[in-house]
Amino acid sequence: MSEVIVELKNITKRFGSFLANDNLSLSIKKGEIHALLGENGAGKSTLMNILYGLVSPTSGEIFLHGKKVEIKNSLQAISLGIGMVHQHFMLIETFTVTENIVLGRETSRYGLLLDLPQAEHAIQKISAEFGPAVNPRAKISEISVGMQQRVEIIKALYHQAEILILDEPTAVLTPLEIEEFGKIIKRLSSLGKTIIIITHKLKEIKALADRCTIICKGKLVDTVEVAQTSEQELAYKMVGRKVEFKFNKTPPSSQKKILSLQNIVALNKRGLPALQNLSIELYTGEILGIAGIDGNGQSELAEILTGLRAIESGKIEKNGEDITNKSPANLFLKKISSIPEDRQKRGLVLDFSVAENMILQTHHLPPFSRLGFLQKDQIEKHALQLIERFDVRPPQADGLTSALSGGNQQKVIIARELSHDPDILIAVQPTRGLDVGAIEYVHRALIALRSQGKAILLISLELDEIINLSDKIAVIFDGKIVANMDALDADEKKIGLLMAGGSLHA
Amino acid sequence: MLDSILFILSTTLMYSAPLIFAAIGGVLSENTGVVNIGLEGMMAFGAFVGAATTSLCGNPWIGLGAAGMAGLLLALLHAWASIHMAANQVVSGIAINFLGTGLSVFACRILFEGSTMTPPIPLENKIPPLFFGQYATVYLALGLVFFTHIFLYKTIWGPRWRAVGEHPKAAESVGINVYQIRYLAVLASGFCAGLGGASLSIAVVSSFRPTLIAGQGFIALAAVIFGRWRPMGAMWAALLFGASQALVVFVGGQAAIEISSQILSMLPYLLTLLILVFMNKKSAAPKANGISYQRN
Ligand SMILES: Nc1ncnc2c1ncn2[C@@H]1O[C@H](COP(=O)(O)OP(=O)(O)OP(=O)(O)O)[C@@H](O)[C@H]1O
Ligand SMILES: [Mg+2]
Repeated sequence: MSEVIVELKNITKRFGSFLANDNLSLSIKKGEIHALLGENGAGKSTLMNILYGLVSPTSGEIFLHGKKVEIKNSLQAISLGIGMVHQHFMLIETFTVTENIVLGRETSRYGLLLDLPQAEHAIQKISAEFGPAVNPRAKISEISVGMQQRVEIIKALYHQAEILILDEPTAVLTPLEIEEFGKIIKRLSSLGKTIIIITHKLKEIKALADRCTIICKGKLVDTVEVAQTSEQELAYKMVGRKVEFKFNKTPPSSQKKILSLQNIVALNKRGLPALQNLSIELYTGEILGIAGIDGNGQSELAEILTGLRAIESGKIEKNGEDITNKSPANLFLKKISSIPEDRQKRGLVLDFSVAENMILQTHHLPPFSRLGFLQKDQIEKHALQLIERFDVRPPQADGLTSALSGGNQQKVIIARELSHDPDILIAVQPTRGLDVGAIEYVHRALIALRSQGKAILLISLELDEIINLSDKIAVIFDGKIVANMDALDADEKKIGLLMAGGSLHA
Repeated sequence: MLDSILFILSTTLMYSAPLIFAAIGGVLSENTGVVNIGLEGMMAFGAFVGAATTSLCGNPWIGLGAAGMAGLLLALLHAWASIHMAANQVVSGIAINFLGTGLSVFACRILFEGSTMTPPIPLENKIPPLFFGQYATVYLALGLVFFTHIFLYKTIWGPRWRAVGEHPKAAESVGINVYQIRYLAVLASGFCAGLGGASLSIAVVSSFRPTLIAGQGFIALAAVIFGRWRPMGAMWAALLFGASQALVVFVGGQAAIEISSQILSMLPYLLTLLILVFMNKKSAAPKANGISYQRN
């Protein structure tokens, strides 16, 4: 295990005047699992997209097996044995699993007519080697995110990838799926595949990777042997300072019931029951964590609290006032803010500038608007303040939000929502896809809000996050709260069991 | 009674053929994510070039081919503007509509001594009837529907085209050339619309005049939407619109029923409007329809 298989030399990529990759060099050994670590917006996805032919570098060279290659498009990358699973999946929702996997390399009769059954066979064979089988005839829109990812991996293998790039593969997976995913990666590695994995989760790097390259603001920091380093050291190298993983909180101060949900029944988007007699009470000055496996009603819970979904029966009250089935605008006026689950679909208008996204709910109010006219100066000033406070990069108010890295998009949302000075914050997966530095930042922000006596409902699939931040924890299973506990009494095993529908008294 | 039904059926087919051609054009282009509002202009230009060519050289098949090429020419412009230059597809389409209609009248005046109508084509030089007294273009249109269906859903290229319309970035990530496919689709769309125009000017009637197309391109566009962006669906929708036109002709010819002909001729347009208003809004539109694509 020493032959260098991929070598990137002096790669530079500019987007306009912005330098996303600055003279980066990187070499990957055959058969290794190589992690890429760096803050949000450091240029990791860009670098890998260059290797995969989706982005053309401004300058720099790529060597494969010691030979210089030009990778002008993904077709060439694929034929050179490079496969990539993207941060945002490249799957067509209306197509079936098989149709997605064979796209561009269809099996056919007479080179003309589609022959999907032939491909289905091959797909089943590949998928059988790696854990739970995927149904080749299922539509993408009907399968879970974990399954979608498996489809992406199978797609790369179907294209006969020898080098597999995985861009934040676990950001959207549940703990169980992550475990499964780890096994798949190990297995692929043992089959001789070379794997490049971008991740923000230091634990994963420790568990999976052989070496790790750290990138900061487009520049190379270091490449290290993972076995000879610690999570703390990796974090330090990446953000250039010590990162706190745990916080000490003062005990909650003023405890007053602020939000109560009573016997909520709600349907999911397919019209099936999602919340079944769910009841929750939230108090000021506390963080209530909702722990659970994806798909047990968390999305619907967030939606009914932000006015995006009506409930069938039950009652929602804030400070004793009935706020059942109020509109999003109405709930906003009642000082309920939210960090939505899907930042690209719900949290942001990607085609708006950062400044415009910062005033989505308040654009019609002074000082942003006067006599119906938007006040550009005020809007920009407001945006720049938030950008500075929340360290959004690049620090430009008029840049398109779609050009920000995932982590920075999340910062824009958090900045906006906290700027509304909410009484209640519904935070759904607030640190999904964020780097450790940014996570620390968000966690600090949430705790600061709590210390001001505000109430936070934290819905997260990250058990670590829930246990770390919450004062109280409620476990959600099958649309019901199956357990309530004080965070001090919580332990991971116990909650994990409850999340899976088990019982403690069995 | 039977006579009336047969009359309505055969007139329906006759009036539907131009719509079917243009609608298939729309289906092809929009399935790859390029909105083609310019169908109307492409039809008009095709109708003119088809009629002019036929009346000058006396062969309707050459006329038909020329009409297709005329539509394709305008489509090239639309493709260049909206794919290459990433211009707004709707704006480009509207420009094509003005251009197609204007260009037709302009060229007509130059070629035919200032007249805005092409000289009438004698019966023997028109597109001939094939079976059951229906023009060959009717069968051509139905054949095109069948062919497009096979192409989009049964060949290896279909999924690639549709992938480009659904998620161009994903298509590119598996090595599909988004620009190439969009160009091809828009050109094909223009060709079909051109055929549609000619199937009106050298089959249904026998000359081009400025009011000949009068919204047919837009009705075809409605048929694309009503047909949920599928060739078969678009065909059924076009047949429905064609039937409403046939009904107008039929009722207009009945002495017993007296309705103002102006009101009657509004029927197909009203129907289009109503259908679009009440249609199931759970859209089947390709997700990237109307969005220009740029790679980094
Ligand atoms: N098409 C583009 N136009 C302009 N800027 C871009 C474009 N794509 C990326 N960028 C910028 O380049 C920088 C690097 O982005 P990239 O997506 O590579 O970051 P990343 O390291 O993958 O971050 P994350 O961990 O958040 O995914 C970001 O600041 C981003 O705003
Ligand atoms: Mg990234």
